[in-house]
Amino acid sequence: MVENNSWSRFMTHCILILGVALVVFPVYLAVIASTHEAGTFLSGTLPLLPGSQGLENYKQVLFEGRSRAGTPPLHTMLWNSFVMAMTITIGKLLVSLLSAFAIVYFRFPFRMFFFWVIFLTLMLPVEVRIVPTFQVVADLGMLNSFAGLSIPLIASATATFLFRQFFMTIPEEMLEAARVDGAGPLKFFKDILLPLSITNIAALFVIMFIYGWNQYLWPLLITTDPEYYTIVMGIQRMVTGADAEPLWHLVMATVVLAALPPILVILFMQRLFVKGLTETEK
Amino acid sequence: MASIQINRLGKMYTGDVKAVSEINLTIKDGEFIVLVGPSGCGKSTLLRMIAGLESITEGDLFIGERRVNDLEPSERDIAMVFQNYALYPHMTVYNNLGYGLKNRGFSKDEIKTRVDAIAKMLEITPFLERKPKALSGGQRQRVAMGRALVREPKVFLLDEPLSNLDAKLRVQMRLEIKQLQKRLKTTSLYVTHDQLEAMTLADRLVVLNQGRIEQVGSPMDVYNRPDTLFVAQFIGSPSMNLIPITEFQQSDNQHLLSQLPATTDILGIRPDQLLLSRPKEDALCLDCQVGLFEPAGAESHLYVKTPLGQDLTLRVDIDPQVHENPRLSVYIPLTKVHPFNQSSQRRTDIQ
Repeated sequence: MVENNSWSRFMTHCILILGVALVVFPVYLAVIASTHEAGTFLSGTLPLLPGSQGLENYKQVLFEGRSRAGTPPLHTMLWNSFVMAMTITIGKLLVSLLSAFAIVYFRFPFRMFFFWVIFLTLMLPVEVRIVPTFQVVADLGMLNSFAGLSIPLIASATATFLFRQFFMTIPEEMLEAARVDGAGPLKFFKDILLPLSITNIAALFVIMFIYGWNQYLWPLLITTDPEYYTIVMGIQRMVTGADAEPLWHLVMATVVLAALPPILVILFMQRLFVKGLTETEK
Repeated sequence: MASIQINRLGKMYTGDVKAVSEINLTIKDGEFIVLVGPSGCGKSTLLRMIAGLESITEGDLFIGERRVNDLEPSERDIAMVFQNYALYPHMTVYNNLGYGLKNRGFSKDEIKTRVDAIAKMLEITPFLERKPKALSGGQRQRVAMGRALVREPKVFLLDEPLSNLDAKLRVQMRLEIKQLQKRLKTTSLYVTHDQLEAMTLADRLVVLNQGRIEQVGSPMDVYNRPDTLFVAQFIGSPSMNLIPITEFQQSDNQHLLSQLPATTDILGIRPDQLLLSRPKEDALCLDCQVGLFEPAGAESHLYVKTPLGQDLTLRVDIDPQVHENPRLSVYIPLTKVHPFNQSSQRRTDIQ
């Protein structure tokens, strides 16, 4: 334990505050910027206090969009992003829970081989396999669809691996007790494994949701129809889309709105996994 | 309730490792059988084979009239208590008890009636709404018992259920298990490595060693007439003294030795039957060197060394006060001797 004198306490706080400031300041700027008029930015200096145009700016991005730049209203993009992120998250959780269940609890030929194959794909992020994946999705006619946006991103070695590790910490007697109690494999999965994995599921939900929400390259590649634009790529379209000077105040409003859902997910899910942590025990 | 018939049961793991072999055993309806043996002797494997958690590679297993070799555990109508209890941590005690019934399609009312009755019997009614982690070790143990009993199984299997409890609680629970079994008269198999538990609980004791049955019998039979050298050493604490016959070279022993079966070459004698003064009956005599004295209240032990360097343990009531005199005579009443043969490992006076 470090000695707790006032000087060291002062220093620790200084460092922590500095760290927080570094992270928070750009976010603060974005929020401030989204409340000013278009002209404010062209003067070259960024104001540090909120302006008066906040409501108008948000109303404009949410409902009107910028037809000139070819971007749909923000609520469409938010909805698209939400659908994509949720599909990816739930899909990933379902697939990885089931595959981890299979790998840990069933003896089938080449079990370890399959585990290692899954594990190897950890080394291949979306970007590496993006060209062949695009080809497959295009051939299946899934361009410009929610299926095309989410299905290729659903397979997850990370989550499979994490669930496998967790399942292996559950004592084998638990399975045996369930077998004696007349629970078949699926009942065991539903009644015992799922409730015990709640904390892991919540944690992975947060991570996976943010992963899905922040997808940029993939939606950029496979959507050409503004109906399916997601918000993260939409921001980019707003900045570079038109010939005119970017409307920074509107871009910033979009940025703020794009950052909200992940924050809400974290706030909401955190309650759940704190609850999970205090109530379950292996 | 049912009898169990085990015919030439065996378990072979891959790589020709035989965990259990040639088990023949008939268990009567309502009997309390204890499987006892050192760790790795296959007693848990045997129990798990009966439960259906391990596959049976040889032989037949009948519960009641049914051959159950290929049935799932849940279809065998057995219940099991695990060493670490294996309670479902996310369920309340009530749901833990009721889970097996629910899976068997019992109605909600029936589950409630049964769970309440069992909870009352095991005195866990106040904890029904708690989760297992909010219970003490002894309470968890009761819940584990309750979960097994609530289904009213034909056979009750217990795998070292008391080994996670402290010594005092273990004695108390041992007694309760015994009373419970006497009351319910469910055929029970109990695995333990603790020979005191084995002796006190069993109607019949099955001593296992290296995957084979060494001896089957009532606890007192096994104690009083061990069939093999292994059983002689394993049952009883401190364990039986085994003395090679070559120790008895003194001439006055010779005519006594000739009364024993001819193949005898090892004599076993319990520590509490060695004497320090010559008894009226016929007794072998050894001139020993005094070693350590271990005072332990009612049961103190004296260690001595025979002329050929064999260690003997004697149970004595009082300190024999022989520290200054390093040699003393130890008498072995001939009627208390267990004669064994080294090469066959068996008792020589079996008719």
